[in-house]
Amino acid sequence: MIARRVALELRSGDLVNLGIGIPTLVANYVPPGLKIFFQSENGLIGTGPIPEQGMAHPMLTDAGGRPISALPGASTFDSAISFGLIRGGHVNVTVLGGMQVDADGHLANWMIPNKMVPGMGGAMDLVTGAKRVIVAMQHTAKGKSKIVQKCALPLTSARPVDLVVTDLAVIGFPDGRMTLLETAPGVSVAEVMAATEADLSVANNVSEMKVRETTP
Amino acid sequence: MRSVPADEAIAMIPNGATVMVGGFMGVGTPERLLDELVRQNKSELTLICNDAAVPGKGVGKLFDAALVSMLTASHIGLNPKVQQQMMAKQIAVDLVPQGTLAERIRAGGCGLGGVLTPTGVGTIVEEGKRQVQVDGKTFLLEPALRSDFALIHAFLADYLGNLSYALTARNFNPVMAMAADTVIVTAEHIVPVGVIAPDHVMTPAPLVDYLVANG
Repeated sequence: MIARRVALELRSGDLVNLGIGIPTLVANYVPPGLKIFFQSENGLIGTGPIPEQGMAHPMLTDAGGRPISALPGASTFDSAISFGLIRGGHVNVTVLGGMQVDADGHLANWMIPNKMVPGMGGAMDLVTGAKRVIVAMQHTAKGKSKIVQKCALPLTSARPVDLVVTDLAVIGFPDGRMTLLETAPGVSVAEVMAATEADLSVANNVSEMKVRETTP
Repeated sequence: MRSVPADEAIAMIPNGATVMVGGFMGVGTPERLLDELVRQNKSELTLICNDAAVPGKGVGKLFDAALVSMLTASHIGLNPKVQQQMMAKQIAVDLVPQGTLAERIRAGGCGLGGVLTPTGVGTIVEEGKRQVQVDGKTFLLEPALRSDFALIHAFLADYLGNLSYALTARNFNPVMAMAADTVIVTAEHIVPVGVIAPDHVMTPAPLVDYLVANG
């Protein structure tokens, strides 16, 4: 559902970087005919699906070390170029998972102090440098809202995100104000507000979440 | 460039050395050199690497054998042993955004003092760092990184030491091959001079000090 909604945000010709988890699924919902360049930050533009059994190449993996394929027209490069692409504003859209997003649009997604310190990997560069940052995540975790007034967790970047897509809602930042734009099918505005800790404005014309109908 | 067996190449590395290791989650990592570091029990290493891989693979083997005392990396989340050793204060870990790590190493190899990056501004990464304004934008001054040794894995190496890499196994390898006093290389295939066309050489031969013989 979340991935299908995010897929609507991609435009033909976009260079797109997908984070791990829900964001990875977005690639499954790109309709045929739409030319999207997916980047894997370990050094590839043109990532393709997981290869069939026995067809994996040990030197062709995603950033998690899992086997992938390369589509016709793919290109490879070193880590300095890869992050030059990211930091230099050449990536049109990045889709990342999140732990918290706050009313200012700040994202926290890389550590829980004293508990889980995996490292930021490429997340800080992506949020700082990509033209458009979309967060794809569950609205709540263990009953607590992940859409908070102010991030308690360490920020990933001072740069605010552009769009948040959750299982309940689509949230944007028109004029810098965190605003409810769409609700998931069967979810009321009141239910979204109840699941949201942040002060959330409600757009005049909240619509039902559109999704890409393509089947994977 | 000199051709050496793996044990001789690794014997040059003293305990306590600063070592860069190419590879990304163990892909494009010189596994034979890491096995040899473990066999020769080279300890108290300062390791600069993109990530900590996973136990039993890539630089993960160095943590399995507790040979690392300091680690500079961007991601350690898939190696629980490193998390444990960090929490137990057995190793000091400096977490660096991946793009910043690549550029700091690149700067070290290119004779620059450091780089100015917007990444990390307004986060805990900025703590203790100088901020520089350029055209009204704020950047962090991130110092260059160099090392005593770089352990590199190529796809092709020719008899002179020209290197090319394969697919996503390139990652940090060519950047690190510029940034160390001594560069030690393993390759999937060692080929006659000329097999790698000039346009396809990614690391020029003069950068390579030792090429480890195959077989």
